[in-house]
Amino acid sequence: MATLASDLSPVVAVRARRRTPRALLVVSCLVALLLLLPLAFLLLEARQVGWSQLSSLLFRQLTMTLLGNLVQLAVVVTALAATIGTGAAWCVERTDLPFRRTLAMLLVLPLAIPDFVVAFGWVSVLPAVSGYGGAVLVMTSGLYPLVYLPVSASLRGADPSQEETARTLGLGPWQAFWRVTLRQVRPTILAGCLLVSLALLAEYGAFEILGYQTFTTEIFTEFQVGFNTPAACALSLVVVLIGLLILAGEGSLRDRGRVARAAHNSRRSISRRRLGRWRWPAVGAIGGVIASALGMPLGVIAYWLVRGGSSTLPQSATVASAVAHTVLYGAAAAAIATVLAVPVALLAARSSLPGVRLLERSTYVVQGLPGLVIALALVFFALHYLPGVYQTSGLLIGAYSILFFPLAYVAVRASALQAPLALEEVARSLGNRPLMVRWRVTLPLIAPGLAAAFCLVFLSAVTELTATLILVPTGVQTLATQFWAFTGNVSYGAAAPYAAAMVAISVLPGILLGRWFDRRPTGTGEHS
Amino acid sequence: MARPTGAALRCLAGSAAVAILAASISGCGGASSSRITLILYNGQHPQTTNSLVTAFEKKSGIQVVVRSNDEDVLADQIVEEGNAAPADLIYTENSPALEYLQRKNLLARVPRSTLTLVPAKYSSPSADWVGVSARVSVLVYNTRLLRANQLPTSVLSLAAPRWRGLLAIAPSETDFQPIVTSIARTYGRAAAVRWLQGVKANAEQHIYPDDETITARVNSGQAAIGIINHYYWYRLRAEIGAGQMHSALAYFAPRDAGYVLEVSGAAVLRSSHHQAAADRFLAFLVSRQGQELLAHSDSFEYPLGSGVVTSRALRPFTSLRPARLSIADLGDGAEAVALIQQAQLL
Repeated sequence: MATLASDLSPVVAVRARRRTPRALLVVSCLVALLLLLPLAFLLLEARQVGWSQLSSLLFRQLTMTLLGNLVQLAVVVTALAATIGTGAAWCVERTDLPFRRTLAMLLVLPLAIPDFVVAFGWVSVLPAVSGYGGAVLVMTSGLYPLVYLPVSASLRGADPSQEETARTLGLGPWQAFWRVTLRQVRPTILAGCLLVSLALLAEYGAFEILGYQTFTTEIFTEFQVGFNTPAACALSLVVVLIGLLILAGEGSLRDRGRVARAAHNSRRSISRRRLGRWRWPAVGAIGGVIASALGMPLGVIAYWLVRGGSSTLPQSATVASAVAHTVLYGAAAAAIATVLAVPVALLAARSSLPGVRLLERSTYVVQGLPGLVIALALVFFALHYLPGVYQTSGLLIGAYSILFFPLAYVAVRASALQAPLALEEVARSLGNRPLMVRWRVTLPLIAPGLAAAFCLVFLSAVTELTATLILVPTGVQTLATQFWAFTGNVSYGAAAPYAAAMVAISVLPGILLGRWFDRRPTGTGEHS
Repeated sequence: MARPTGAALRCLAGSAAVAILAASISGCGGASSSRITLILYNGQHPQTTNSLVTAFEKKSGIQVVVRSNDEDVLADQIVEEGNAAPADLIYTENSPALEYLQRKNLLARVPRSTLTLVPAKYSSPSADWVGVSARVSVLVYNTRLLRANQLPTSVLSLAAPRWRGLLAIAPSETDFQPIVTSIARTYGRAAAVRWLQGVKANAEQHIYPDDETITARVNSGQAAIGIINHYYWYRLRAEIGAGQMHSALAYFAPRDAGYVLEVSGAAVLRSSHHQAAADRFLAFLVSRQGQELLAHSDSFEYPLGSGVVTSRALRPFTSLRPARLSIADLGDGAEAVALIQQAQLL
């Protein structure tokens, strides 16, 4: 995930080599330790189970089936998301596509719709959309914005003169696109693909609704059936490994793809490519994507809302109470994750110590952990060491903060890297105390990143399902859990208001986030 | 940097305040007046539990807070929690979860006066939990795809190649385990694994998370036939209306291994600090009033206690001919899970 941040800021001020602030180092280490708690839990469980049982749980046909399912899905969805995301970004940023502005906005909005709501949208109306085909359709619809957003930002920031030079040197328009433009944004596409594959690895609700079996659904099942935490943990270890492999693979690919460009302020307006007779087919294709990712779920929610539906299943929480709890937990977790991300991001941006790199990387391990495992780990540690917080909202908020820390970190780090060090030094030289400098200078400089981090975590937390099911305080329902209870009972009409509420409270942070991604390259330009 | 940084900071500060608020709310949540509040871990369908809890609260003045989840998750949670378990009661859909807790010595003895309200064969052999309601496993089939005379009468036939691509199963559903146990008891473990492998191959496209999904998918014609507990079909009908039903139930031959009576029960936890109040809740569940509520509810189960019979148009309880399988035979489900795992269905 971190890579996304660096790729969004192709030009980063040269890091000054200077001593690492000790306080930052200590706080960052504490944050890293907190984030490694779930992994510690997994290893403890694994040790308790013993290698022979662990290996019999791991090396069996089921693991291979799950691996096969995951790989065939990840390859196809990532490729499709990359194609759709890049294609749409290019059309919007570099061509004379009609209705560009409207389409650009609509292309981002699916980010505000949880994937399990997209799955619900399709399945509740067309039950035939299920299994592998359904999973490809739903996940591609839900995840392509993760490529579209950074690539369109990157295209806007990329130097168009290279493509133009290529054209004057005799390359055809498509050749110029393939050999120059695409190469310019390749690191960004890769970063987007990384996000897509990590999201696929972590998704649970959509696959459960679609009846597609992957590690997350099976981990949940193992946990549910047969009182089998060891099996759930064994499979989770596989997920952690896959997550690390994806991160490592992306890292090595990225390092080969550095891009040179002229200084940022040399940016100038681009001449848009004329699509000619491809205009309307392009609009149609993009419209189709929007219809599937946005129109379908929203339309189905509206359909069920209008049709209404009384359910035999009692409503355990009113929409209002579920909204209140969901927003409260989401906002609290977003604030905490953002605050935790600040010291680590500042440290990473300001220090050149080799250990810092490792420390930073260790916080990404969480990204590969299913929410369920984080929940189980917190239950374990709370019961053993802090019985007072067990089944309180505090523990749930803590789980969200850990689970979504990497998202907050990406955004904060991007801003921290861009904040010009010179300003801090000026402030210092004017006699300000270090802490004062952080408060008065650094904080305002990274504030946009903090806001983006907040939105990212909030968006994810309000739709979180698996950890919530385990940790939510007794008697409380969030929008996601009540929605889940109703869809599980095939009470689609009763589930719809909760889905609508989830989408409604996600729209504003979704739009803010889209704008943040949007303005990033310009932002860099202003600093230089 | 003429950006809304001030707004962003305020937003962040506001959220921090919210976080503190949340923490303080959670902190004082436990502090309550002298009035007793029972915590019920509910593995039953909320449809069933909700009306019972409401009526009990009204009658006794004791408040009951419900935490609903899968019964296995709740049972495991109680084991994990040990003596610190916040729950006073557990109410499950199936007996194995209760037997599991009983074997871990986590359940309190049920008072005799409560146990006598229910025929002894439906409660814990060691008097640690009481049976509340029951249901049977049946076939559900799509009436557009299959005719009644094409249906198998024995569960074993479902493993035959004839049902390839047509069958739906939910191997992770707790209702599935008693069927596997029953087959293993009747025909042996090896035969049970062979059967599991057969139905796995037949249901390859239709392995679903729960009986609700099986019922819905058979009804809509994605799958042609499935094994469920009878009440899921009635619930779907109550949910979507009789006009939308394109499926029907079929019973196995009398005493067939697939024809399993599954008992839902409740227990008081040994670690509860409100034993007397919790016992009152158990007694209420099997009292005439509690059983009448069940008999009229959208649960569509068979009441077991106080001589109450269901008022729903179900096949009469007395005419059911399930396999001869005791609560002890069904055990804690561990054997069934091992067999399901052996067939790589888990």
